[in-house]
Amino acid sequence: MLDFTILTENWDMYAEGFKVTLLCSLLALIGSFLLGTILAVFRIAPIKPLNWIGTIYVEFFRNIPLLIIAFTIFVGLPTLGISFDGFQAGTIALIIYTSAFIAEAIRAGILAVHKGQTEAARSSGLTYIETMRYVILPQAIKIVIPPLGNQFINLVKNSSILSVIAAGELMYQADLISLRTYVVFDVYIIVALLYLVITLPLSYGVNYLEKRLAKSN
Amino acid sequence: MDFAGAYTPDHLKFLLEGFLVTLKVAGIAIVLSFIIGGLIGTIRYAKIPILSQILAILVELIRNVPLLLIIFFTFFALPEVGIKLTPTMAAITALTIFESAMLSEVIRSGLNSIHKGQLEAGRSSGLSYVQTLWHIVLPQALRRMVPPIVSQFISLLKDTSLAVVISLSELMHNGSVIYAQPGGDKFIMPIFILIAGMYFVVNYALSIIARRLELKTT
Amino acid sequence: MFKRKKGLFSILLLAFMAVFMLAACGDKDKTTGGKDKDVLQTIKDNDKIVFGVKNDSNLFGLKNPSTGDIEGFDIDIAKEIAKSILGDASKVEFKEVTSKTRIPMLQNGDIDAIIATMTISVERKKEVDFSDVYFQAGQSLLVKKGSKIKSIDDIDNSTKVIAVKGSTSAQNIREKAPKAQVLEFENYAEAFTALKAGKGDTLTTDDAILYGMADQDNNYELVGGQFTDEPYGIAAKKGNTKLVEAINKALTEMKDSGRYDEIHKKWIKKD
Repeated sequence: MLDFTILTENWDMYAEGFKVTLLCSLLALIGSFLLGTILAVFRIAPIKPLNWIGTIYVEFFRNIPLLIIAFTIFVGLPTLGISFDGFQAGTIALIIYTSAFIAEAIRAGILAVHKGQTEAARSSGLTYIETMRYVILPQAIKIVIPPLGNQFINLVKNSSILSVIAAGELMYQADLISLRTYVVFDVYIIVALLYLVITLPLSYGVNYLEKRLAKSN
Repeated sequence: MDFAGAYTPDHLKFLLEGFLVTLKVAGIAIVLSFIIGGLIGTIRYAKIPILSQILAILVELIRNVPLLLIIFFTFFALPEVGIKLTPTMAAITALTIFESAMLSEVIRSGLNSIHKGQLEAGRSSGLSYVQTLWHIVLPQALRRMVPPIVSQFISLLKDTSLAVVISLSELMHNGSVIYAQPGGDKFIMPIFILIAGMYFVVNYALSIIARRLELKTT
Repeated sequence: MFKRKKGLFSILLLAFMAVFMLAACGDKDKTTGGKDKDVLQTIKDNDKIVFGVKNDSNLFGLKNPSTGDIEGFDIDIAKEIAKSILGDASKVEFKEVTSKTRIPMLQNGDIDAIIATMTISVERKKEVDFSDVYFQAGQSLLVKKGSKIKSIDDIDNSTKVIAVKGSTSAQNIREKAPKAQVLEFENYAEAFTALKAGKGDTLTTDDAILYGMADQDNNYELVGGQFTDEPYGIAAKKGNTKLVEAINKALTEMKDSGRYDEIHKKWIKKD
């Protein structure tokens, strides 16, 4: 049976890891939501160069591994004189990576709001940015919440790769505990349970919202 | 940054060797997880009692933990219960476990998107349940599933980079060998740019193919 | 139309079976190769000995991406052992390991022995069998030249110390300098890159490995002398007394013939 003394004896390290995982996932969610929204607006804006920037960003970062982004920021940029610690580098990498996916989700949300609304708002004298800000985005957000929830789950899971740049999150702490105690199986099972504590409720929440949204349509 | 020093023919060959390992491991895992994910998805769609509930729980658990954890677990923890795998085998196993769970959800929702009337029509024209599923529901569902399945494949290819933590000599690993050389610091950025480029080319090509297929079928 | 689909079905089914049979065969190989058979006998049967070695430790085991060869002290010693056991120094195969992956890879039967800057310790003796000591190292500190840190006593709670996961030095530093913030990385390549990138104030591990780093980049130097004993041993899977004896015999031969000193001189300049 599972030996929970591993959890109680190393509670400080597990708790620290849990805290860091939550913190960097939350920061990354906020960051990638902001960046993702800007990118989504870029992609559908009636200005060609902005479209290109948005498209290139999304296509590039969706198609390369998160690990390479994290390494580039952590050990690559310092060779050019820009330096971050493991937590900062990891969180920035998560934002860069996840914002590409969130941009696509938000773009889909905006496109789902009827085109006629944009025209109506524009003809009533609102500028493009005002139309976006007051008419389209508020409606799009509702459609976008479930995919955003999914991205948050992905963020929590993906934050585990911060362990290879010594960011001190859950996976890193588990690694150290197992190397120190020579207990592997139980240490990893407990860390899996700790991840599930965050991700399972989120996953159920997303499912619920998706079903409600499907019904309202 | 020293691009010329980083991109010597020897280094490029060495990186390419690593990328071939990445592609091989990812390729095997793709085939296996398509088969296993397809089976799980179909069993859950058909709502086979008990089996489908057990699978539902398993899928939900696997989908909600990090892949890195599954990789560590397969390589470092499974030996404690007598299952001993080489880095290559462990990487393939971990990727297959994770991606099968992800793909089974894609396939299940694809099957669910086919109107139930079709199933009934098939049954009433004398086909068995399995025949109806195989000849009528699955071919239609597969067509709709192509884009999400391909994007899952892209994820898998990207995720293969994580196997660097269990000493698999894949692309990331070979990249780090190059910049671990004396004076290799100035190779770091060029190597990372090149690795990112290699992933991008393959994955972007895959996503374009997926879009073409999507256009053709809709 | 149905006929064509049937064809497709049978192809899929065949592929499915083939994959599973392959997987099953793979498993069988593993169990027969790994468990009960004596490793020394397997080595003789295969006429090849597989060593787990470092690929990122200059002077001990460093991979040259241009040739694909790994070079260093550990590598030359491994070749001598192959010469003693199999009569030919080229009958070796090297697999790259890290401090974290080496014991699992040995247990998994992926490698026959570990020769990878590995310290003999009481905890590790519970997991593997060690040969005699083949190199005497000691833990030390690597800093950028001009650093405030001159010895282990200069490490306080504002010092960030870089170490490698699964190494004895990561554990030792917590005992010797409990106030330090320790950052642990996957391997030496990443640890040294992190030090050079300014992620920590000092990197701690065995002096032998640190000399290799200082040799690579002369902006870095060792300080504080040896503050632990790190006797290196060659590890074999638990219970393989015959293999360990054969390795010990090889080590003695090497020392008697003067070959050991030659190799030592070739790689280890300081001392």
